[in-house]
Amino acid sequence: MAELISKIPDGPLAEKWTKRKSEINLVSPNNKRKLEIIVVGTGLGGASAAATLGELGYNVKIFCISDSPRRAHSIAAQGGINAAKNYQNDNDSVFRLFEDTIKGGDYRSREANVYRLAEVSSAIIDQCVAQGIPFAREYGGYLANRSFGGVQVSRTFYARGQTGQQLLLGAYASLNRQIAAGTVKCYPRYEMLDLVVINGQAKGIIARNLVSGGLERFGAHAVIIATGGYGNAYFLSTNAMYSNGSAIMQCYRKGAYFANPSFAQIHPTCIPVHGEQQSKLTLMSESLRNDGRIWVPKKKEDVEKLRKGEVKPSQIPEEDRDYYLERRYPAFGNLVPRDVASRAAKERCDAGFGVNETGKAVFLDFADAIQRLGHQRVEERYGNLFEMYQKITDSDPWQEPMMIYPAIHYTMGGTWVDYDLQSTVPGLYSIGEANFSDHGGNRLGASALMQGLADGYFIVPVTIGDYLSHKINEPKTDVSAIEFVEAEKGVQARIDRLFAIKGKTPVDVLHKKLGNIMWEYVGMARTEEGLKTAMKEIKAVREEFYKDVCVPGTQYEFNQELEKALRLEDFFDIGMLMARDALERKESCGGHFRLESQTEDGETKRDDKNFMYVSVWEYKGEGEEPVKHKEPLKFEFVEVKTRNYKK
Amino acid sequence: MEFNLKIWRQKNAKAKGRFETYHISGIESDSSFLEMLDILNEQLISEGADPIAVERGCKSGGPVAFDHDCREGICGACGLYIDGRAHGPDDRITTCQLFMRHFKDGATITIEPFRSRAFPVIKDLVVDRSAFDKILQAGGFISVRTGSAQDANAILIDHETAEKSMDAASCIGCGSCVATCRNGSAMLFVAARVSSLALLPQGKPEAAKRAAAMVAKMDELGFGNCTNTRACEMECPKSVSIENIARLNREFLKAKFTEKA
Repeated sequence: MAELISKIPDGPLAEKWTKRKSEINLVSPNNKRKLEIIVVGTGLGGASAAATLGELGYNVKIFCISDSPRRAHSIAAQGGINAAKNYQNDNDSVFRLFEDTIKGGDYRSREANVYRLAEVSSAIIDQCVAQGIPFAREYGGYLANRSFGGVQVSRTFYARGQTGQQLLLGAYASLNRQIAAGTVKCYPRYEMLDLVVINGQAKGIIARNLVSGGLERFGAHAVIIATGGYGNAYFLSTNAMYSNGSAIMQCYRKGAYFANPSFAQIHPTCIPVHGEQQSKLTLMSESLRNDGRIWVPKKKEDVEKLRKGEVKPSQIPEEDRDYYLERRYPAFGNLVPRDVASRAAKERCDAGFGVNETGKAVFLDFADAIQRLGHQRVEERYGNLFEMYQKITDSDPWQEPMMIYPAIHYTMGGTWVDYDLQSTVPGLYSIGEANFSDHGGNRLGASALMQGLADGYFIVPVTIGDYLSHKINEPKTDVSAIEFVEAEKGVQARIDRLFAIKGKTPVDVLHKKLGNIMWEYVGMARTEEGLKTAMKEIKAVREEFYKDVCVPGTQYEFNQELEKALRLEDFFDIGMLMARDALERKESCGGHFRLESQTEDGETKRDDKNFMYVSVWEYKGEGEEPVKHKEPLKFEFVEVKTRNYKK
Repeated sequence: MEFNLKIWRQKNAKAKGRFETYHISGIESDSSFLEMLDILNEQLISEGADPIAVERGCKSGGPVAFDHDCREGICGACGLYIDGRAHGPDDRITTCQLFMRHFKDGATITIEPFRSRAFPVIKDLVVDRSAFDKILQAGGFISVRTGSAQDANAILIDHETAEKSMDAASCIGCGSCVATCRNGSAMLFVAARVSSLALLPQGKPEAAKRAAAMVAKMDELGFGNCTNTRACEMECPKSVSIENIARLNREFLKAKFTEKA
């Protein structure tokens, strides 16, 4: 068993990162040239890490499952990126961003990691502006900011509703510069299918060329996983269709512990499900809650009329509307954190106030904002989001309020890493959404982009030097080593097994079944009984998969069904792990809401005495029960309180 | 709703392609175009339509391969030529944002890949657009090292300029401009990147060099020339304006005038 050593430096909070950096061994330029690093994933984390490591002089190989690094799902992030610049003079600071993030995560993340994130946030904005990212500007030419959920300052930088796109294009441009310089080699349309570990250290990967279908071996001195989250275990989510948890599961099976798997974020403002044929859910940016007001009718008869189309939402008089977030949380109003807003929407809909035919929708209304700011200002702030909404729903948000409902959006859990972002397998690092480190039980809006770029530009390129400084005399990894041969054989056996099933059910049908179980029992409200049911049912669908899945075609061609089948195998395991972790965490915290543990007014009730820890799962072999380790969380610099957004 | 789908099938880059027709029914009008294709593929899989069946004379050739990812119009992965239009019969959208309510019930829909000399077919509706990456690698960046930037507010950019740069930076690299252009030109794509950077003070030092390098790479990769038909602008899902092409031309000329012999 690997030991959980978090490597958090001693000393005052504000000096920990500086201290750690000063301890890290350096690698000289002539030695960097001899060292190879594999980066898997090309989103904000992967692209920025590969570009920066390339600049430093390392030899980098980066792997991308799409046709281009620019497709990575970071591109879809809309609202913005946080930074403690205090450009608004609203008394923001590094400490406040740190404190908001700790509190937003319901005191289930590491103080030192979160503080470092806040500390480097400013440099990210500087870097991005220098790259030519067209952030929104005031008329005087200075950078503009807006506010996001769970905070009382305006610290979010944005580029319309396309901030993720612009930041990714910046990181991708830096990556392109290094590809042109020859320090980074990019492998588009390649998918990692196993991690190769030699003498307990990460030494390479097995990947499938998605065009030719062949398996290939790649060696390195270290491997960085930057493959994002596993929200697609729910089938319907705001994640892109290719987003998957397979790389982190491959690492898990090779000894990298998996932390807090049950912590998944449900985003309150997504376009509601329209029917059985739906393939994914579309997010409407949290930034809309800056100016939009969320409501449902106060009277059931109005609900009925709305559902039958007898009355338009704009015709319901002001006094008959229940702005339930403003009512329940006067201090934060519509800008409460995501988990709180999602549960409140569910509560209203469960009570029978859902405003569409399915009863699963609430209104997000801009009438007041349009009146206050004028059409043009609203258009500038949210124009593309309004158009997107209209294209999808065929309804005009300039005339009638949007309809929204919560959906799976992000996973806070992931590979367990220490302060250096290194996993329990030496030489294996995990960054961005793929790791667990910064967001605890709930992530605040506009913080995912911040973490991806913090890890990629400023943290892992420094910390990895400490490991690599011991590898300067190590020759290039020999991919004919027995460990590579065995790993490739294992992947081949997995593929052969899938083709041999020759069943009748398409992969997506089974994925939807898994998704339904996950949403029903491992979603917004979890119970002991439900979670046990989930584990039973996931097992049953998994058995059905191995009996009756149909994977058409052959391995040696562009075969999207094979890709999906391989990813679904891992989603079954992730689903089980999520349910197991949720079952054992008998408290509520952040997005993890156990019905057995709530306050009188329906808020989450933490149990700090028994659960103030990171649950860290160790793989014990196929069919074996995983073992849970605990990393206790200590709070030395913030007072642990009950999260309160009411006052 | 029900439809007849005339779909381009091509086993791989070397194989000869052909159209095959499929019938599909039970489609909800609120379903997206790609969801309709998902349903077709489930049908084709369930019918046991695999290549072995093809060899036995079944014509379907297994599920239809098509690129897609975010399904919210921003990643630029999807791109189909539908009834003679890039991204189909709606404006300012990508294929994933096209909904079946835009088609007549019972219609025959023709679906092709984005065709261009520079975008070879990989399989069925999937094409290789790596030429776009290569153009950007030739100079579509500002040469700044991580960590060397000054304070963000030290560079002032007026609101209008930032907005214009953002308009150009909205390009998603889907390739509809190339597929739509009768010359197969990538000018709008190149112009979007050159323009968004050239407008900003940070991008100015390398602007001319960047334009020259990217245009040279574009020519080398087999894209055609621009003859100002404006078709690219019409079909661009993000409404990138051809005004950017004029700016690219200016930067390109500047590069030629200032070129050192």
